[in-house]
Amino acid sequence: MRREIPIIITFLTGFLCVVAFFIPHPPFGGLQQRFLIWYAIIAGFTMVLGLDSLVKYNIKKIVQRKQGWQYSYVLLFGLVLVLVTGFQSWFKYNTPFELRSSFMYSYIHIIVPLQATMFALLAFFISSAAYRAFRARTFEATLLLIAAAIVMLGRVPIGKMIWDKIPVLSDWLLNIPQLAAKRGIQIGVYLGGVVMSLRIILGIERTYLT
Amino acid sequence: MTSFEDNNTDIRDGEGYFYFIRTQTISGYQDSPRVGPIISRAQWFNTLRINVLVVTMLVSVLVVYYIRRARAGEKLFIRKIAGLDAIDDAVGRSTEMGRPILYSFGLSYLNEVWTLASLSILYRVAQKCAEYSTRLLVPHYDPLVMSAAQETVKQAYIETGRPDLYDERDSPFLTADQFGYAAGVDGMMMREKPGAVFWQGYFYAESLILAETGHSVGAIQIAGTTSVEQIPFFVAACDYTLIGEEMYAASCYLRPEPQMLGSLKGEDLTKAIILMFLTFGTALGTLGVLLKNFLNVDWPNVIFANLVQWFNTF
Repeated sequence: MRREIPIIITFLTGFLCVVAFFIPHPPFGGLQQRFLIWYAIIAGFTMVLGLDSLVKYNIKKIVQRKQGWQYSYVLLFGLVLVLVTGFQSWFKYNTPFELRSSFMYSYIHIIVPLQATMFALLAFFISSAAYRAFRARTFEATLLLIAAAIVMLGRVPIGKMIWDKIPVLSDWLLNIPQLAAKRGIQIGVYLGGVVMSLRIILGIERTYLT
Repeated sequence: MTSFEDNNTDIRDGEGYFYFIRTQTISGYQDSPRVGPIISRAQWFNTLRINVLVVTMLVSVLVVYYIRRARAGEKLFIRKIAGLDAIDDAVGRSTEMGRPILYSFGLSYLNEVWTLASLSILYRVAQKCAEYSTRLLVPHYDPLVMSAAQETVKQAYIETGRPDLYDERDSPFLTADQFGYAAGVDGMMMREKPGAVFWQGYFYAESLILAETGHSVGAIQIAGTTSVEQIPFFVAACDYTLIGEEMYAASCYLRPEPQMLGSLKGEDLTKAIILMFLTFGTALGTLGVLLKNFLNVDWPNVIFANLVQWFNTF
C-alpha cells in the first residue's frame, strides 16, 4: 500500500487536471488553480525544512572547521539579520515591504548589488565558454564560429559599417535556421513532457516515488 | 450588429447583466431598449480546445498501443544517448580521483515534469555513488525538491546496501534566490572540487556561471535541460548535454522496461506524424500562394488559413 496509495493519488490528480482543462463547469473549472494553491501551501511549510537544512549544513561546517567555515558565520548572521529586520519592519510599518523599512534597506543595498555582481560575472564566463566553443577544430565548429561572428557583428553598428548586408544576414540566421532548430527542440520537449506526464498518471513512471 | 460577445473578465457566472446600444448623435446620444438579464454560466465542454483534445488523444492512443506491443514481447529499439551512457564513466572517474560528485536540479520546482525526470537520473547517479562509495553533493534551490531528492538518494543507498554512506547534510538547501544559489553552488565546487558534475533540471541565466566554474575545477560535466535558451551554453561548456526531450527519455533509457520503451516509441511516432503534418502544411501554404498569384485560385489558401486558425484557437 506504500506505493499504491501515492499512485492512486497521482492518477486522480493528473486525470482531474486533464478533465478540468476541457471542462470549465464547476466543480472541475478552476481545479488546477486550487491544486496549485495547495501546492503553494505545502511548499511554504517546506521552507522550514529548507531553513533547518541550511542551518545544520553550516553549523556542521563550523564545527568541523571545513574550508571556508568562516563564511558560514556570515551566512548565519545574514539569516538572523534578515529575519530580525523583516519582523521589525512588519511591526513598524505593518508590512516588511515598505520602502523606508530596514528590511527593504537591506534588500536594496545588500541583496540587489550582490545579485547584480553575480549576474555581471556572466560576461566573463561567456567569453571563456565562447573561446572554447568557437575554436575552429572541426567543420561544425568552424560553421558555428562563422555564424556567431555574423550574428555578433550584425548586432552592433560596426557590422553595418563593414558591410550593410551583415545585419540582414544576421537576422536571417536568427529567424530561419536558428528558429527552425529551436522550434524542433521545443516540439520534442512538449511532446516529451506530455508522454512523461502520461507515464506518471498511468503509474508507469515511479522513480519519483522512491 | 446581430450578435455581441462580452469578453470582460470581471463578469461573474450566475449574475444577471443588462445590455443596450448607445448611439452617438450630433446633439448627444440615444439608447436602445435594455436587453436582459443575461446570465452567463460555465460550459460543460470548452469547444475551443477540441484541437488539444484531438492531439492529446492521438498521443495517448499511440503510447498505450506501443506499451501493449512492448508488453507482448516485441523488441523495441532505442538509440544511444551519449550523455546517459557517460554517467557510469563520470562516477568512476570521480571515484578514481577521490573527488565527490555534484548534482544540481537548477531552479526547478517539484510540480514540474523535468524535475521528476531529473529525479530518475539522480537515482541512477546515487546508486553508482553508493556502489563506488563516492560522496554525492546535491545543493538545492527549492526545499520541496530537497525533500524528494533526499528520499531518492537515501533509497538508492539503501537498495545498494550502503545506507551507512548516506548523509542528509550532503543534500542541503542553499537559497531560493537565483544568483545566491549560483554563488552557493560555485563556492561548493571551488571548495570540494568535484570530479563529476550533473546539471539536470531547469536553468536560467546562471547556467553558464555554473557550468564554467565546473569546467574550471576540471570536472566532467553532464548537463540536461528542457530550457531551449540555455542548451547552447551547456553545449559550449559541458562534456555531454541531454537536449530537451532526451532528459525525459532518461528514465526509459536507464530502466528499459517494456512499458517505458513502449511510451517512447509512441512519442516518436507522434513526432513523425507531426513532422508529416508540418510538411503537408508547408506544401499547402506554398501551393496556396502560387495558385493565388498565377491562376487566381483561392481554395488552397482558404483551407490553409482555416487549418492554421484551428490550431491557433486555444
